[in-house]
Amino acid sequence: MTEELIIAGFGGQGVLSMGKILAYSGIMDNKEVTWFPSYGPEMRGGTANVTVIVSDKRISSPVLHEFDTAIILNQQSMDKFENSVKPGGVLLYDPNGIIHPPTRTDIQVYKVEGTVTAVEMGNPRVFNMIIVGGYLKVRPIVSLEHVEKGLEKSLPSRYHNLIPLNLEAIRKGQEIVEKVN
Amino acid sequence: MGELRLMKGNEVLAEAAIRCGCDAYFGYPITPQSEVMETLMEQRPWDTTGMVVLQAESEVASINMVYGAAAAGKKAMTSSSSPGISLMAEGISYIAGAELPCLIVNVQRGGPGLGTIQPSQADYFQAVKGGGHGDYRLITLAPASVQEMHDFVKLAFDLAFKYRNPAMILTDGALGQMMEKVELADYTPRRTKEEILDQCGSWATTGKTSGREKHVITSLEMDSHKMEQNNLRFQEKFKEIEATEVRYEAIRCEDAELILVAFGTSSRICQKAIELAREKGIKVGLIRPITLYPFPSAIIAELAPKVKGFLSVEMSAGQMVEDVKLAVYEARCTTPVKHFGRMGGILPSPNEVVDALETKF
Repeated sequence: MTEELIIAGFGGQGVLSMGKILAYSGIMDNKEVTWFPSYGPEMRGGTANVTVIVSDKRISSPVLHEFDTAIILNQQSMDKFENSVKPGGVLLYDPNGIIHPPTRTDIQVYKVEGTVTAVEMGNPRVFNMIIVGGYLKVRPIVSLEHVEKGLEKSLPSRYHNLIPLNLEAIRKGQEIVEKVN
Repeated sequence: MGELRLMKGNEVLAEAAIRCGCDAYFGYPITPQSEVMETLMEQRPWDTTGMVVLQAESEVASINMVYGAAAAGKKAMTSSSSPGISLMAEGISYIAGAELPCLIVNVQRGGPGLGTIQPSQADYFQAVKGGGHGDYRLITLAPASVQEMHDFVKLAFDLAFKYRNPAMILTDGALGQMMEKVELADYTPRRTKEEILDQCGSWATTGKTSGREKHVITSLEMDSHKMEQNNLRFQEKFKEIEATEVRYEAIRCEDAELILVAFGTSSRICQKAIELAREKGIKVGLIRPITLYPFPSAIIAELAPKVKGFLSVEMSAGQMVEDVKLAVYEARCTTPVKHFGRMGGILPSPNEVVDALETKF
């Protein structure tokens, strides 16, 4: 199993930390992982993206130009990465702020109402974990048990009281993800 | 098994320095390597191992602080990125001229000049051919994973002390910024005063005792005949390094008709390119130099008569390709050697490498 994933959105949406939690979960499941961020000018207030690879084997290139899955969280990223999904791959997006939904028919498109649901849950900051939940429903690359361990490893201990809330958000995301095409 | 963590290459350089018993780090911040000093400042090793961590006022000051600490037999290091390494060039030449061990890390970014903050490999010439003035060499290691960023800190110090010569880890912004799984080594205590005397007592400025000859650390020699003798001694040392310390990895070369030569981040991209090319029926392998100096010429010379060509893939306009050509020339072969690269902070894609293989041969 090798999953080549890109997560792209605005800086501040938790794009890099989603990637980090998935990567740490992979390590907990004894897999090889790489996490490669965009860094530099675009990080300082603009779009942010991270490439995460989780595999059973040694990982070759951490830098990719096409992906098994793209998680898209804003319109700029949709414009940039819709065409980078491999045929047969998965595009998962949050429709909030998306004016031009994906049009490709050779890939599987899913949506997760992350922004709206996070507000309903009373905590906009769990937005990215709702998206992670939707993603893991579609692509179960790691088990929830390993994600819990990954959260323990990647969050400083002062935030460990928030782990149950994050897991609840992941479960919520698994419930609300819907196939579009 | 050591502790497993998900870490950035830059963070792991700092962690590995503390764990291998490094005595001192002197540096000045520059993107994309600032996490090295940030991690050291967070870890506060001065409270645990006693390691000194100091943000100097400039790169010039940093490298001269390294010079001073190295003269005392201490394990000293600095890190910077391309423009900062240029500023250090004078100090590096002095350290090499004074025959002192130290570690310099270059997390390369695109150049020339201030260039960009994105990853590049365009400081190959600077690292392996010079940078500073005079006939000196840097033992140059090129990690290709976060694990190797960890492992090569200890290796670089070991080689630097073995040969009393500065060593460089030549990496780039991609390896510095990316996170991978890394197994951390256990803590090795810093050497005691007695251990330093034992290992470096014949040359280091450890405090003159009565009856001991005085130790003078300098790269200056006003008598040109003596300076030539010094140079001859350096050259002997470099010959020994070339004979003993070559390291490389050969991937899928057994049946290969075309050989990619690439180090660091490019070598990772090339491994993906090999998977893609072999799906298309192109038999391609990879030589990944781990030591850029000494360069693994022998394996290239050995492959030269057996293959149809070499493609040097670099994030530069083509620098290492010259060393590949020299190796092929010394094997008295006419095997074509080509180059493919992207510059200025752009990473080549695996598909571009496959395209280059198809169009250039």
